[in-house]
Amino acid sequence: MTAGLAVDGRVDRGGFSLDVQARVAPREVLGVLGPNGAGKSTLLRALAGLVPLTEGSIRLGDTVLDEAATDTWVPAEQRPVGIVFQDYRLFPHLDVRDNVAFAPRSRGAGRAESRRAAQHWVDRLDLADLATRRPWQLSGGQAQRVALARALAADPALLLLDEPLAALDARTRLDVRSTLRQHLADFAGPVVVVTHDPLEAMVLADRLLVLEGGRVVQQGTPASVARHPATDYVARLVGLNLYAGRLDSLSGEVTLDGGGRLVATLTPEANPADGRVLVALSPAAISVHVTPLDHTSMRNVWRGRVSGLELLGDRVRLQVQAEPAAIVDITAAALTDLGLERGSDVWLAAKATETVAYPETGG
Amino acid sequence: MTTARGPVAAEERRQRRAPHERRTGGVVPLPLAVLATLAVLFLLVPLGAMLLRAPWTSLPRILEEGSVLEALRLSLLCASAATAVSLLVGVPLAWVLARAEFRGLPLLRALVTLPLVLPPVVGGVALLLAFGRLGVVGRYLDLWFGFTLPFTTLGVIAAEAFVAMPFLVVTVEGAFRSLDRGYEEAAVTLGASRLTTFRRVTLPLVGPSLVAGSVLCWARALGEFGATITFAGNFPGRTQTMPLAVYLAMETDPDAALALSLVLLLVSVAVLALLRDRWLRAGSTL
Repeated sequence: MTAGLAVDGRVDRGGFSLDVQARVAPREVLGVLGPNGAGKSTLLRALAGLVPLTEGSIRLGDTVLDEAATDTWVPAEQRPVGIVFQDYRLFPHLDVRDNVAFAPRSRGAGRAESRRAAQHWVDRLDLADLATRRPWQLSGGQAQRVALARALAADPALLLLDEPLAALDARTRLDVRSTLRQHLADFAGPVVVVTHDPLEAMVLADRLLVLEGGRVVQQGTPASVARHPATDYVARLVGLNLYAGRLDSLSGEVTLDGGGRLVATLTPEANPADGRVLVALSPAAISVHVTPLDHTSMRNVWRGRVSGLELLGDRVRLQVQAEPAAIVDITAAALTDLGLERGSDVWLAAKATETVAYPETGG
Repeated sequence: MTTARGPVAAEERRQRRAPHERRTGGVVPLPLAVLATLAVLFLLVPLGAMLLRAPWTSLPRILEEGSVLEALRLSLLCASAATAVSLLVGVPLAWVLARAEFRGLPLLRALVTLPLVLPPVVGGVALLLAFGRLGVVGRYLDLWFGFTLPFTTLGVIAAEAFVAMPFLVVTVEGAFRSLDRGYEEAAVTLGASRLTTFRRVTLPLVGPSLVAGSVLCWARALGEFGATITFAGNFPGRTQTMPLAVYLAMETDPDAALALSLVLLLVSVAVLALLRDRWLRAGSTL
């Protein structure tokens, strides 16, 4: 139960190719984040034994689950892998107890014995009151707990969750997220959670792996990924402005690929030989002005035009056409004070200390 | 239909009736209504005629005769056995047709469902040529095992299964095909072998279609005439099922034929009642 997961392989499926290297330690939760079609589900299916690797291997501790070179293949029904599907896939012809008892029963235990085994997980996930219900009589959150109990009752050494909260409405999602976090913490083996929701990934995962187009574009702790996104997709997810450019190491100024310059603070590791860096700038760290700034301590001041406004809760997100283009968050009060509308000319300003540069290879 | 008295009157009438005609569905165009009524009459009048002409007074006497009960017993037994045989081999066949992938699968599907459209008498002839005492296979059954199929009760079961099994296969194949594969995948990841998955997940999930297909198969077997009389003959107590008894009785004792027909009608109504609820709608693709 305490073996780590090591994946290093490729899956080719009808023109699409997924290439992943990852390690997940026991008790570690790896969040796999990526847009639709990035290969997240294919990765889970490969781990579960529902699709074979074209090349490379999957190991769980010393056990080889799949290795193309030696033609080793442990079929899904023999893998110690539990999976919670996005749509749960609870068996509609069985009640909650028998759904949870399915795995012990499939391994040859008698009806009474497997129900006893199931009872442990039914109690553990607080399902005792629902034991005789059929899946269609459950709420989304309850169904999710049943699916988790059913997977855990198989006593897996590796747990996989596919978009565990996607099928829930926003209200239940909050409750379920925190209980799910606890249950995952109780699990002794490695856990892989696939999601396209950055918040879900940040809350549930100890470490993130970002997939785009079948490739790993970034790995790291949620905090480092959020601070130093490696691609536009991640930057948009975490709500940062992201620019690629070339650093002049003498002046500390970055000439951006898309036009414009920014004076940035370098992270300790950001002094690459080729000068290629990414610059991240939070939308809240940019100030907006309707008159030119003559005397300011701000190192970065540039001019632009408001091209879009969007209400985000208690704040307003501006899209500003400029060099560089930026999204800027201001309060609703500031919007009124400044009298901004689509087409307004503005000056943007940001401190160099808020403008962070790091190597392009990811933080 | 009232005749229109000019456009104004028609318009007034439409306005007056408008509140009652808010339903947009369910309004049947007149020509369709006439033709549909004809169809209903055509289907129901013969049944009504049977009830009208039934020899109600002598009915108990006829039915108490040993031969009637014997034919009924034989019919129910053979139809049930044919259904059991169809389930045993037809469900796996349906699974293969729905799930397997190999060259010639479409051809195989067409061939095994051929008895659906084949005239049953032709089926009987084909069975004789295969399993008859001098048939392609039957010759060796007789030679090696001293076993003969034609003109026995087993022959009746074989003839009925031959004609009725495709009904089961087609129904269940459709259910297998439309089944969400996700459930089977989930079962496999929970450690169930392919066979366990089939038994504990796939079969229960197609249960309604299994029932619908079995009932269709059973009803078809119960009414089977052509293949049975060709392959198994018409021996009372051994191969004479109800339809054969009805046909024979029509020549000698029309009242008895009518009585037997009423019994079959009763059985059919019972089958319909069984299918009425969700089964026919939920599972069947026929």
